Amino acid sequence: MVINNNNQKPYTGEEEVAHKNIILASIDQVLDYARAHSFWPVTFGLACCAIEMMAAGGARYDVARFGYEVFRPSPRQADLMIVAGTITEKMAPLVKRVYDQMPEPKYVIAMGSCAISGGPFVDSYHVVPGADEFLPVDVYIPGCPPRPEALIHGLLLLRDKVKNPKVVMRKHG
Amino acid sequence: MDKFLAVDEVISSLAAKYPEQVEVVEETLQPAIRVTKEALVQVMQDLKNEYKLGFLADLTAVDAGDEGFKGVYHVMSWKPYSMLRVEVNTSKDNPSLPSIVDVWPAANVQEREAYDMFGIIYEGHPKLTRILLSDNFEGYPLRKDYQLPSRR
Repeated sequence: MVINNNNQKPYTGEEEVAHKNIILASIDQVLDYARAHSFWPVTFGLACCAIEMMAAGGARYDVARFGYEVFRPSPRQADLMIVAGTITEKMAPLVKRVYDQMPEPKYVIAMGSCAISGGPFVDSYHVVPGADEFLPVDVYIPGCPPRPEALIHGLLLLRDKVKNPKVVMRKHG
Repeated sequence: MDKFLAVDEVISSLAAKYPEQVEVVEETLQPAIRVTKEALVQVMQDLKNEYKLGFLADLTAVDAGDEGFKGVYHVMSWKPYSMLRVEVNTSKDNPSLPSIVDVWPAANVQEREAYDMFGIIYEGHPKLTRILLSDNFEGYPLRKDYQLPSRR
């Protein structure tokens, strides 16, 4: 419908759409926007970094401000895996299994130096040197352990990455 | 009842009972005895049933280099309080010790752990498999001659 007053020009094209509070976007963009603002992390901790992750979920740091508070006890309901802690050789197959059970699209954050590279245990006999040995990691958060603010910053970086997949591909690919 | 159990009396009594098998270890601060492999189970049974040292606080092993491996057992009594260390020597090339699972069921997992880390065979153990490391792990990482693979 075109509104036509005497002292106003008729709305056309984009102006008309904006006037009716309509936003034009592709479905992919809308879905990416929704995903980026409501990650559902799987409830999953391996070592001391998990304590910081819990602190980030608690009232003081309150990751719920960004919409990421729904830690799911089932991997089938989650789309984000925060690898928080040391991965031992014995634990690695189970981490892989939890990741495999998550539905697509899914993202991985490597939290802390152990999950990035093995950390202080890199020369140990039974520690996997980094989650990226067997998982596609999206964001690395350094620290031993990282503070909750660092985890929130990592989640926001992942938000930007999910919102702008092409930019990320161009920058790093 | 005394607050402390006199460990010296326990040791001297044991040494009198098993003159061939039990030897008093002098060089340590903690009261300790060294037992032969064959007498281990019998001595442990006596410690538990006759000498009131009924709690197996720890079971582990030591790699003593060229001297072979040592099995180390800490037995203690809560009331009256006391603690005693028992050592057993075994060979370097073919380390094996008798299992004491029949005396203390709690020794089950700790013997598995010592097997896991040192490769000591506990004869008579109901299920001697790896417990902390993955099943396909090669080598025994707490041995002195274990080489860490460098991964940097």
